[in-house]
Amino acid sequence: MILSTGQKLLFYVLLIISALLLAGPAIMAIVMSFMTNQDILTGSLPTKFTIENYVSAFNGFPLTEYLFNSFIVSFVIMLGQLILSSLAAYAFVFIEFKGRDLLFYLFIATMMVPFEASIIPNFHLIRDLDWIDTYSGLTIPFFATAFGTFLLRQNFKGIPKELREASQIIGMGDFKFFLTVVLPVSRTSLVTLGIYGFLTAWNMYLWPLLATTNDTVRTVQIGLKQLQTQEQLNEWGVIMAGAVIVIIPTLILLFLGQKKLQKGLTEGAVK
Amino acid sequence: MSMNPTLETNETYMYQFERVKKSARMKSFIKGMLFLFPSILLFSVFVFYPMFKTIYLSFYLTDAKGSTTVFVGLENYLNMFTNPIFLQSIKNTFLFVFYTVPPTVLISLFLAILANENLRGIGLFRTIYSSTIGISVAAASVFWLYLFNPTMGLLNKFLEAFGGEPVGWLTDPAWALLSVSVTTIWMNIGFTFLILLGGLQSIDRSLYESAEVEGSGYFYKLRRITIPMLSPTLFFVITVSMINSFQTFGQIDILTQGGPANETSLIVYSIYREAFVNYQFGSASAQAVVLFILILVMTVIQFKLGERRVHYQ
Repeated sequence: MILSTGQKLLFYVLLIISALLLAGPAIMAIVMSFMTNQDILTGSLPTKFTIENYVSAFNGFPLTEYLFNSFIVSFVIMLGQLILSSLAAYAFVFIEFKGRDLLFYLFIATMMVPFEASIIPNFHLIRDLDWIDTYSGLTIPFFATAFGTFLLRQNFKGIPKELREASQIIGMGDFKFFLTVVLPVSRTSLVTLGIYGFLTAWNMYLWPLLATTNDTVRTVQIGLKQLQTQEQLNEWGVIMAGAVIVIIPTLILLFLGQKKLQKGLTEGAVK
Repeated sequence: MSMNPTLETNETYMYQFERVKKSARMKSFIKGMLFLFPSILLFSVFVFYPMFKTIYLSFYLTDAKGSTTVFVGLENYLNMFTNPIFLQSIKNTFLFVFYTVPPTVLISLFLAILANENLRGIGLFRTIYSSTIGISVAAASVFWLYLFNPTMGLLNKFLEAFGGEPVGWLTDPAWALLSVSVTTIWMNIGFTFLILLGGLQSIDRSLYESAEVEGSGYFYKLRRITIPMLSPTLFFVITVSMINSFQTFGQIDILTQGGPANETSLIVYSIYREAFVNYQFGSASAQAVVLFILILVMTVIQFKLGERRVHYQ
């Protein structure tokens, strides 16, 4: 649409006001994380820049361990989701067999079962497997995903069937075709799903809360809750420093992959 | 081949052909299952089995470890619907959906329409508007916990600066659910915005061009082209937001722990308390079944109604 200068100005004013309101809480947290506790308590504007809050957050809490755990958990979930959903999507697109449609409905059905509604048997299962406080317990339940399978299936469908036929003529098996043709052609979708998987895994809350009882594999989200509840003296600067550290990896990932994520998620939504 | 060629008739050819076809079919069935096996296995273990186990548990009393002790039939369900605390959590959940979904969608739609203009620097605004996707529920709750703080929080400081009375955002029963809703709206804008922006960008430009030739104004185009063409995406974000609202847990756990006076106890929080604080796994499972049905209804509506009522390109 072609806008007049006046209209453009109006748009910029609205855009800037909205941006300030929306980013406000995060900006506030970042500013507070560099303020002295005295400034925060007296409610004054920042008078002194300090990194003391970050030092105390890292020294007083096993924040490094929490971050490490979160990286491992998110990375493993991401990898597991990529492998399982690309394999499943391949079968749904390139292999024709009896019962395929039925299985496809089974995948759809899993989307109707919210994890929160089946959390009790899942918890007991993990406990009986002795997977409490292990990376297995935190990651394996999330490997299979219907959303990921659908996203990749949509993408695989765009690969010409003739390509598979040609590969069959030269005697290429399904798994080789999957590895050497399908996966490389679909790397954009794989990256999208990877980003999405990592983001959601990093931000998980309820399951890590239940599946960890000590610091060995506890993720940074639960660590932040601990930090917040254990800070008796209302050390808001330290708490905010912790929160800022928690959001930095995901924000970076989001800034890098925003366009891809938008395209991938919209395709899943509109098609 | 051992078969005598003189005996070969059309029928034996057919028989051979069928056998080859059958074995090829068997082969591709096995291949398909091999590719699907990891997903099917994990879905069975972590989705289907727990779902049926939840229904099963809902008919029993359990001990603190979760083993069934007494079969009680529908008693857990009957108790649940006479339990004022559970009924309150159901009421809260619906109120919460009502407080969060319409504002989230409207604000995000407004932002998406703004950010869909071709202006210099628009990429920066798009990044800012979608940034709350990257902010976890724990971090977002901590930000707002400070904003809502009765003495130090920015919100009350603003109120005081303008001569207003401080509000107990998270402690006053009249405000608590609203405050949690504001936090949730803020958190959910990023995702909803991104989906809606994608929907806007997929609208065919030529529709606008032909409207411009006819000299239509901005709001006319918004009402007659943008909103109708966006309706499938809008429908999608509305149902997804509703389902998300039904599943809310983290912000409750950090901001209010369900208080004051259970005013902010939503259904997932209620399940969590009943199961992992009170160790009443039977009645907690009955509540989980209710949550399951609520979300099932939403999903079915999305699949069925979504395809019929809404305009698709």
